[in-house]
Amino acid sequence: MRLRHLTLALAVALGVAACGGDPTKQAPVGDSETITIGSAAFPENEIIAEIYAEALESKGIVVDKKLNIGAREVYIPALENGEIDLIPEYTGNLLTYLDPKATATAPDEVTAALAKAVPKGLTVLDPAPAEDKDSLNVTAAFAKENGTKTIADLSKVDGLRLAANPEFKQRAYGIPGLEKVYGITGIEFTPISDGGGPATVKALVSGKVDVADIYSTTPSIRANKLVTLDDPKNLIAAQNVVPFIREGKATADVIEVLDAVSAALTTDDLLELNAANQGEDKKSPSILAKEWVADNLK
Amino acid sequence: MTFSAGVAGETAAWLGDRAHWVGTDGVPHRALEHIAYSAVTVAVAALVAVPLGLWIGHTGRWQRLAVVTAGALRAMPTLGLLTWFVLLIGVGLIAPILALVVLAVPPLLAGTYAGLESVDRATIDAARDMGFTEWQVLSRVEIPLALPLLVGGFRSATLQVIATATVAAYVGLGGLGRYLIDGQAYRDYPQMVGGSVLVIALALVADAVFVGAQRLSTLKEKS
Repeated sequence: MRLRHLTLALAVALGVAACGGDPTKQAPVGDSETITIGSAAFPENEIIAEIYAEALESKGIVVDKKLNIGAREVYIPALENGEIDLIPEYTGNLLTYLDPKATATAPDEVTAALAKAVPKGLTVLDPAPAEDKDSLNVTAAFAKENGTKTIADLSKVDGLRLAANPEFKQRAYGIPGLEKVYGITGIEFTPISDGGGPATVKALVSGKVDVADIYSTTPSIRANKLVTLDDPKNLIAAQNVVPFIREGKATADVIEVLDAVSAALTTDDLLELNAANQGEDKKSPSILAKEWVADNLK
Repeated sequence: MTFSAGVAGETAAWLGDRAHWVGTDGVPHRALEHIAYSAVTVAVAALVAVPLGLWIGHTGRWQRLAVVTAGALRAMPTLGLLTWFVLLIGVGLIAPILALVVLAVPPLLAGTYAGLESVDRATIDAARDMGFTEWQVLSRVEIPLALPLLVGGFRSATLQVIATATVAAYVGLGGLGRYLIDGQAYRDYPQMVGGSVLVIALALVADAVFVGAQRLSTLKEKS
């Protein structure tokens, strides 16, 4: 615990030092006061937080940024005690964090269950279509050869070989779920512990495995022209991007802006943003956010 | 999270559970895989390091280069090397074995040439004066006298490989590392600690075998 506190203190200190609000900007009369935006400690979440900030600022709302706060166990308490007011979240994971027994997987069900699970004083706004979640991928050649478009089509393939993180073997969305929900049995499982990273992708493209679990917004999916299989029976819980905000800060103006962002933000956008952030350009989250807002919001 | 008596108890319970001692995920099977990876690694490393070490030790050539190279190889992080090999040649047995061979070569090389170097020059000169060929000097004088240090090189290499062969599980292979990697993925800490205890136990057993072998090699020298 001590380490977490230290991490938070550091993150907050750095955030304040690096991104303190511009003191020359005064909130217009009748508008809400400053909104402090946080983010988890990974680039995609930081990019979305910057998009929220850019969109709100463009409508004259004063924002302050405390990005890169670490894991959920750290930033949710920070949101509850008012150190931050707003953070981009993912519906499924936030629901599981707030209610570990939750079983909803379909996007609407997850969103409905999440609305009930949020603590007092906090609220989730409308989720975006954009999702960052586990996804099962095959090579374009495999998809063509076996006619696989959805996970259900995998049941036609005998002796399916699949690579994923080790926990895939036991989790409800993993091997047990493939068997129960889609009737796919006899999977030869290769656990690779890099979270759908380079070794997993290499195993897939080199033909050592037929299917690989890769996060849906990973640039390597595009770079290798992989086919992400549809999940018609919602085996994998929805992870729509959603603004998680303190109720007191969710004024009509703020909601309008964030709803507009969510309405426009897609999984393809996240793929492109992540690719631009990690690729040769190494564009910073704030520049990517400016470009996205300019392209997508009026 | 504190490491308490509770964890020790849970680990003992994990190790004591009979279900963990059967099948492909059971301890005997995982331990055999671990021993097999380690044995193949040390064998491959020995094929490279021992002839090279003998040549360096016998001729006295390239000695400084060998010391520097072996030292640099020792500093290679095995997990990073493993990831690099996987990206080059894909998942499977070869990448982790190669990464572990890089770990095992330096102690074997050092043990071999240091063993030869430790042999008294006067003994070697005497052997040559008696009409021994270079090969006879090496095989009948230098190697027998270097044996304790040579075995020491094998001992050190084997221990390092057993302790590090857990990385094979990172890229989908078996071995005792499975318990560490899977335990972490499932947040099953008794399984992780249990796996570590097994690796330590295996290393201690291997060490005991080498202590015996080293004693034998010294006895032979004295007789």
